[in-house]
Amino acid sequence: MGWLVFGAVVWAAGWWINSRLSHRPKTRLTSLLVPVIFGLTLVVIWESLVRGLDISPILLPPPTAIAATFAKSTDILWQDFVQTALKGALSGYVIGCGAAFLIAVAIDRFPFLQRGLLPVGNFVAALPIIGMAPILVMWFGFDWQSKAAVVVVMVFFPMLVNTVQGLQDTDAMQRDLMRTYAAGYWKTLLKLRLPAAMPFIFNGLKIATTLALIGAIVAEFFGSPIKGMGFRISTSVGQLALDLVWAEIVVAAIVGSGFYGAMALIEKAVTFWHPSQRGRT
Amino acid sequence: MMRNLVPILTVVATLFVLWYSAAIALNAPWARDQAARAGQELGFSALVAETWSQDKPKLPAPHQVAAEIWKTTGAMVLAGRGFSKRSLFYHSWITFSATALGFVLGTALGVSLAIGIVYNRTMDMSVMPWVIASQTIPILAIAPMIIVVLNAVGISGLLPKAMISMYLSFFPVVVGMVKGLRSPGAMQVDQMRTWNASPAQTFWRLRLPSSMPYLFTSLKIGMAASLVGAIVGELPTGAVAGLGARLLAGSYYGQTIQIWSALIMAATLAAALVGIIGLVQRITLKRMGMS
Repeated sequence: MGWLVFGAVVWAAGWWINSRLSHRPKTRLTSLLVPVIFGLTLVVIWESLVRGLDISPILLPPPTAIAATFAKSTDILWQDFVQTALKGALSGYVIGCGAAFLIAVAIDRFPFLQRGLLPVGNFVAALPIIGMAPILVMWFGFDWQSKAAVVVVMVFFPMLVNTVQGLQDTDAMQRDLMRTYAAGYWKTLLKLRLPAAMPFIFNGLKIATTLALIGAIVAEFFGSPIKGMGFRISTSVGQLALDLVWAEIVVAAIVGSGFYGAMALIEKAVTFWHPSQRGRT
Repeated sequence: MMRNLVPILTVVATLFVLWYSAAIALNAPWARDQAARAGQELGFSALVAETWSQDKPKLPAPHQVAAEIWKTTGAMVLAGRGFSKRSLFYHSWITFSATALGFVLGTALGVSLAIGIVYNRTMDMSVMPWVIASQTIPILAIAPMIIVVLNAVGISGLLPKAMISMYLSFFPVVVGMVKGLRSPGAMQVDQMRTWNASPAQTFWRLRLPSSMPYLFTSLKIGMAASLVGAIVGELPTGAVAGLGARLLAGSYYGQTIQIWSALIMAATLAAALVGIIGLVQRITLKRMGMS
């Protein structure tokens, strides 16, 4: 009972601080502090609910237990991280996004292909591509190559569609200006159209980060060597070692947010001129 | 529309040609191996015929997949067993029901979160960053755990899968609805104020109607995500029914044709569901005079 009261008090206190903070003028500090406080109160409430209601740690381990497991099994987690995130997801991400980018630039030269491929690409991007995972695992074997292949297939179409759209995002006036400068195709591409496409390209890259991690992890459900995040999750669930599963999820969350955050930072550096980036402090 | 038809058909035809030739390339080693064991030499046409008609090919040819789909859908309906456990309609229905439930829950959650975010400054600042962060977490990875845990508490069947679908589909709805509810300009909001409109009236008469285009766009994304969630939700528990279960069973027993037919069925389902939302969108927006 004490734990429940404690949780309720922390919740009320956190909400009170947040509502005070959010009604003050918005600064960089408050816009960082408010979500952090909110997240912390959620974790405290989780802990006190688990303890207060005596929920079995097999169902939902408290955050402290997860943190302890995390600290205890860093070597396993690191090994899984290398196998899944670096070998599987990252290599697939680079290959898939790179190929999609090159093909998009090629398509862009031919309006015929553009009109044909764009609707098909849009359609395929909405399909449950993750279903390809068992087939690709069958083709490329159990190791990370098959995971990279799944990632390639998953990130390809969102990236392709975004890049093609981005390359069309120049208006006639701008292109005419390039012509009056006597700029050829390549010069126009490099100086005008690629920079103009950057917001779209980064949109695709950011969507692809999450897809890459999901693809690599889910592909491991269909067969993997005895390491990897997906493998660890599915076997630990079988052993009811839920604290290890949650530690694995924490790793996935950190990797996912870090990956996304890195892309967002690069985007900020590359597209500093875009209205959505200007005017932000 | 007509202008795009020829290019689209060309692309689709090219895809089919690629598929058939890939089938030859991938299945050829097995075919040659079989022929060598039987002490035969395969000519090119015999090789092609063989690669397109194997029982467990590495890549089944499109007509094999089509035949399998027909066998498990149309033919079964004709035989009057359209909903037997071997029929793909049955499995699609299982997956669809989880998808639909998750989609409805996710949309409800998304819309209510968006209303809270738009009307409450504290919620805007504390919840919105976490909504975005929640999607950088590969939630599908914990799908198996959610299902096992909920099973242990005694919740099984439709709901666990629907929860995963809900988690995946609420995000596009929140983001789209927040954008949509904020889309009326200051001028329009001021106009409502000069009419002495209450906050509720401003919401129902101005904000909600002007958010509709945004809502439908996000609903389409949410529906596709929701289907993916339902399929992945069927993978880990060794579920016996559903398109995801068909995929898993197919991969266990090397039944590639079965995998491909489940995949095509899932694609058709996705296209149909997104298409229905598109239709509703067109009708609604037309009656609202927005398209």
